[in-house]
Amino acid sequence: MADSFPAGSAVTAAPVPRLALRGITKRYPGVLANDHVDLDVSPGEIHAVLGENGAGKSTLMKVIYGVVRPDAGTIRWEGAPVRVRSPARARRLGIGMVFQHFSLFETLTVEDNIRLALDTSSASGLPQRIRDVSARYGLTLDPARHVHTMSVGERQRVEIVRCLLQNPRLLIMDEPTSVLTPQAVLRLFDTLRTLAGEGCSILYISHKLDEIRALCHRATVLRAGRVTGECDPRLETSASLARMMIGGNLPHPVHRTAHAGAPALIVESLDVRTDDPFGTTLRSISFEVRAGEIVGIAGVSGNGQKELLAALSGERTLARDSAVTLCGTPVGTRDAFARRRLGLAFIPEDRLGHGAVPEMSLADNALLTARGGALVSHGFIRASAVRACASRTITAFGVKASGPDAAARSLSGGNLQKYIVGREIGQHPKVLIAAQPTWGVDVGASTQIRQALIDLRDRGVAVLVISEELDELVEICDRLAVIAQGRLSPAKPIRETSAEEIGLLMAGAAPSGDKVVS
Amino acid sequence: MNARLELRAQPSRVAMWAAPVLAALATLLVGFIVFEAFGLDPVAAFTAFFIEPVATRYGIAELLLKASPLMLIATGLAIGYRANVWNIGAEGQLTLGALAGGAVALALGDAGWPAALLLPAMFVAGALGGMLWAAIPAFLRTRFHANEILTSLMLVYVATLLLSWLVHGPWRDPEGYNFPQSKLFTANALLPSLIPDTRLNVGFLVALAVVALAWLFVNRHIVGFEMRVSGLAPAAARYAGISARRSIWLGMLAGGACAGLAGVGEAAGPIGQLVPSMSPGYGFAAIIVAFVGRLHPAGIALASLLMSLLYLGGESAQMHLALPSAVTGLFQGTLLFFLLAADVLVNFRPRIARAARAQ
Amino acid sequence: MDTFAQIVVLTLAAGTPLVFAALGELIVEKSGVLNLGVEGMMLVGAIASFIVAAKTGAPWLGLCAGALAAAALSLIFAVIALTLRANQVATGLALSLFGIGLSAFVGRPYMSVVIEGIRPLAVRGITDFPVFGKLIFGHNPLVYVSIALFIVVHAFLYRTRAGLVLRAVGEAPQSARAIGYPVMTIRYAAVLFGGACAGVGGAFLAVAYTPSWVEGMTAGRGWIALALVVFATWKPWRVMLGAYLFGSVTLAQFQAQAAGIELPSQLLATLPYLATIIVLAAISRDETAIRLNAPASLGKTYHPE
Repeated sequence: MADSFPAGSAVTAAPVPRLALRGITKRYPGVLANDHVDLDVSPGEIHAVLGENGAGKSTLMKVIYGVVRPDAGTIRWEGAPVRVRSPARARRLGIGMVFQHFSLFETLTVEDNIRLALDTSSASGLPQRIRDVSARYGLTLDPARHVHTMSVGERQRVEIVRCLLQNPRLLIMDEPTSVLTPQAVLRLFDTLRTLAGEGCSILYISHKLDEIRALCHRATVLRAGRVTGECDPRLETSASLARMMIGGNLPHPVHRTAHAGAPALIVESLDVRTDDPFGTTLRSISFEVRAGEIVGIAGVSGNGQKELLAALSGERTLARDSAVTLCGTPVGTRDAFARRRLGLAFIPEDRLGHGAVPEMSLADNALLTARGGALVSHGFIRASAVRACASRTITAFGVKASGPDAAARSLSGGNLQKYIVGREIGQHPKVLIAAQPTWGVDVGASTQIRQALIDLRDRGVAVLVISEELDELVEICDRLAVIAQGRLSPAKPIRETSAEEIGLLMAGAAPSGDKVVS
Repeated sequence: MNARLELRAQPSRVAMWAAPVLAALATLLVGFIVFEAFGLDPVAAFTAFFIEPVATRYGIAELLLKASPLMLIATGLAIGYRANVWNIGAEGQLTLGALAGGAVALALGDAGWPAALLLPAMFVAGALGGMLWAAIPAFLRTRFHANEILTSLMLVYVATLLLSWLVHGPWRDPEGYNFPQSKLFTANALLPSLIPDTRLNVGFLVALAVVALAWLFVNRHIVGFEMRVSGLAPAAARYAGISARRSIWLGMLAGGACAGLAGVGEAAGPIGQLVPSMSPGYGFAAIIVAFVGRLHPAGIALASLLMSLLYLGGESAQMHLALPSAVTGLFQGTLLFFLLAADVLVNFRPRIARAARAQ
Repeated sequence: MDTFAQIVVLTLAAGTPLVFAALGELIVEKSGVLNLGVEGMMLVGAIASFIVAAKTGAPWLGLCAGALAAAALSLIFAVIALTLRANQVATGLALSLFGIGLSAFVGRPYMSVVIEGIRPLAVRGITDFPVFGKLIFGHNPLVYVSIALFIVVHAFLYRTRAGLVLRAVGEAPQSARAIGYPVMTIRYAAVLFGGACAGVGGAFLAVAYTPSWVEGMTAGRGWIALALVVFATWKPWRVMLGAYLFGSVTLAQFQAQAAGIELPSQLLATLPYLATIIVLAAISRDETAIRLNAPASLGKTYHPE
C-alpha cells in the first residue's frame, strides 16, 4: 500500500500535551482490559494505538470518550485534570470519536443522524454546514439521504463529518480502514493529514502495521492491557512493530504447493433477489472451487457476502437446483442439513448466535452440526458419544475451556472460534466455507486457524474463504476473486493480481459505490 | 454507590432453582400484607388459605385434581416456549378440546359404547380439537408471519363465544330448565375415580404420563434438541438446517393437544357436561406454571401443585374469609412477577461498585 | 341522516379506548420496548377510575386516578423488564395477568354500583343542529381529548427533537447510548406514558362509555390495541384509522340487527376478534414493510455496558 512518508510539517512535541493519560486501569470480570496505561498526544499529532485483538485498545478509547469509567488513573486535557463522565462531556471538551461499529441510525437521514449528535444550540442551518464540511475535507455527502441506502464507506463519512461539525481538538478513529477499499484508505489518510495540519490531534487505533507506518507520527503499543512500547513508526519496520505488539515475530503459516483436483463446488449463474430492504441482490455469480485449493473472495462488507454465504450454506434455498453443485450433485433447492450430509461444512462469521448457541454447552454445540450420524440413534441422542466428540475437538485444537460442559459463551473469542473450526473440520467435509475465519481472534489462534485451513487444503478439501481482511486472503489463498455490489469478478491466481487491481474491483463501478479518483 | 448487573460467564444453576423458591416466598409475604390490609389476622388467614385446603384426604385429592390440567397444559406449552413459540391461547384450546370430546360423548354416550372405548375416543377427539385451534395461529405465523401471541389470544375469546352459543342454543339440554348447559354425560363417558370418595380421577395418570413423555422428548430426542436450539438462537438453528416452520408447528400443536386433553379431563371429570365456563382460567395459569417450573417437567409438576394450592386457597378464602375469589388471580400474577424479577440472578451478578474514584 | 351522525358518534366512541391504548403503546414500542400488559393496565385504569369516581362523585378525578394507577403498574413492568433485564414478552404477560386479577379483586364490591359518568356533549342549540351539530359537537369530551392526543403524539414524533431521540433509541439503543443519550430513562418515560394512556383508555370505558364496572370489561381491547399498533405499521394516523375501523366492527351487532340479519349474538360478538386476526395476518405478510417501519430493537433486551 502507500509507503510515502506523511506530509505536513514535522511535529514537535508541545510542552503541554493535548491529552495525557496516567495509570489508566479498567477491569472486567475475568480480564484486566487496561493495566496502568500511560499515553501522551500532542496537538497536530497522529498517534497510533497499536495492538492485536483483545489488547485493550477499544476499552482505552471508551475511557477517553467517557463511555466507560476507569477503575483508576487520571486524564489531563490540555494540562488540566478532567473527569470524562459521559460522551457529551467528552464532546464538550473537544473530543470526537468515529466508532469501529458505527453508531448510526439506519432509517433516519444523514441530517437527522448528525443532528442527534449535536447540542441543540448548534443545530441551525445544518444541511448547508454538512455540505460545507464534507466539501472541505473531501468527504462527499448528501444530507437528505437515508443511511440505509448508503455503502459502508459512505456511512463512515457520516460518522466523520458528524465529529468534524463539532470542531474537535482530538479525533479518535477506531479501526477505520477495515471497511474501506485500498483507494479509499488513501483518501482517508489525506483527510486525516489535513486535519492534523490544522492542529487537530488524532488517535488512530489499528492493528495494521503498514498503515500505521505510512500515516502516524508516534505509536503506543498495547499488549494484554499494558503498554509494551512507544516509538516513531516511520522509523520502524513491520517486523519490529510486530515484535512489540505480540512479543515475538509475526508467524506465517507453512505453505506447500497446491495440487488442485476436480471442482468440488460449482456455482453457476447464481441470482438471488433479496427481500431485505437493507440487503444486496446477487447477480449472475459464477465460480468454482476445486478439491485441494483455497479460493478467496475479497470485498468490503455489505456487497453481497451475507447473501452469497446464505445461498451457499443452504440457509437460503434457491429456485434452481443447478445454481449450486456440490461434488457433482446439484443442491440449489436443498437446505443446510441436506448439504451437510453431502459433505459441506461452514464456519459463519458470527460465533455467538450463529455458529454456536451461547447458552448451550460445547457438547450440545457439537451436536448442532453433527446431528446426522453416530451421535443420534433412532432419533435419540447418545449423550456420551456427543461429549466424547466435543472432548476430541477440544484436545485436537487446543481449545482453552473447562470441558465439554462449558457454556459456549464462557469461552474467549479465539477459543470459541477454534472450537467451531475444529468441529467443522472434524466432520471430514469435502467442501469447507469459512467467513471471516479470524475476525476478532488473537494472533496465536489466528495462525492456528489459518494453518488448519491450509492443512485441510493439502488433504484435498476444497476451501472457500470469504473475508474483508485482504492480508489474510493474500496469505492463504491460491486464487482470489472480488465481490462488489452483488457481482463477482473472475478468480485469478494470487500471483497474477495486485493490491491496486483488487482495490479497484472492490470499489466497483456502480454510482452508489466509492468513486475512484484516478 | 453504583449498583450494576454483570453478565455471568455461565448461567447459574443454583439461581435457576432458587429463583422459583424465592418467588414463592415473596408471594407468600405479599399474601401476608394483603391479609393485613383487609383487617384479617395474617396467621389465621394464612392457615385458612394455604393449610386448611389440604389438611384432609379429600383436600389432597382436590389438590391433585386441580394440578392435573395445570401440569398437562404447562408441559405442552413449555415445549413451545423452549422453541420461542408463544402459545397464549391454551384457554381457548382447552375449550375446543372440551367441545370436541364433549361432542363425542354426547353423540356416542347413548350408543352403548363401553367406557374403555369411549373415553380414549373422547381424549383423541379432544386432543385433535385443541390441535385444530392451535393450528390456526401456527398457520398464520408460518405463512403470514403473524404474531402468535395475539392470534392465539384472540381465538380464546372466539372459543368462549362459540361454547356459549352452543350451550345456549343447539346443544342445550332440553330437560335442563333452560339453563345454558348440555346434557349430562352418560356414565360411560365419565372418567373413573382414582381414590374413592374423592373427585380425583384417571385424568391425573394421563397428565403424569404426558409429563414423562414430554421430558423424554425434550431432553433425549433430537427433535426436542432442535426445538431448543430454535428458541435459543434462531440463526444457529437455520445454520444447522433446523426447520423453523417445523418448530413452530410442533410447538403450537404440542400446546394445543395438551390443552385439548385437559379440556376433556374437565368435561369428563369434575364437570360432567358442557357449561359456558369449562375452566377457571387453567389455560392462563398454566403459562405461569410453565415459567415458574422453569419449563422443566419436575419444576412444572411442583409448580402446578403450588398453583393448585392457590386455587383451593382462593375458594377457601371466599368461603371462610369473605375475600373475593379473584384473590387467586392476584396471587398468580404476583408469583410470576417475582419469578421474572428473581430470574435476573440466573444470568447476571449484581455488583456494587465502590464510590471512590482515583481521580 | 341523523342516524348517520349517530353511527359516527357511536363509532368514534367505540374506537376511543383503542385510540388511547394504542397511541400509548405506539410510543412505548417506538422506544424499542414491547409491553404486552395493555389489557391489565386498561382494567386497572378502569377500576381505579371507577372507585374514585364513585367515592368522590367526580368522574374527571376518577379519570386522572385511572391514568396514575395504570402508570404505577407500568412502573413494575419497567423495573422488571428494563432494569432487571427480564424477557419483555413474559413480563408483559405477567403484567396483564396481574392487572386482570388485581382489578377483579379490588372491584368486587363495585359490581353493581352506579355512578354519574362523563356524558357526551349536549350543548343546547348547537348539538341540535341537523346532522353537523351532532357530528361535530355531539361527542363525548374524551373523544376530543383522544384526537388531541393523536395530534400531540404525531407532532412529538416527527416535529420535535425529543421525538427524534425517541425514535433513535428504538432503532439502535447502543448507538444512542454511545452518543450519550440516557436510554433507560427515555424508555422508562415511554413506558409510563404508555401506561397512563392505557389507564385513560380503560377509564373511558368505566366512567364515560358505559359507565359501570364489570369484571374484565375491556373484553380483550388491550390485546386488540397491540394488534392495532402492528396494523398501523407504527404510524399514528394509521392507528386512528384502525381504531375507528374496529369501533365500527364492534358496533356490527347493532348494524346487523338494523339490516335484518338474524345471527346469534355470540357469533356476531366474535367479529372484532376475527377481524383482528385477519388484519394482523394481512399486514404481517409484508415483511419488508414491517422491517422498514418496526423499531429495530423492539422487544430485545437492552444491556447497557
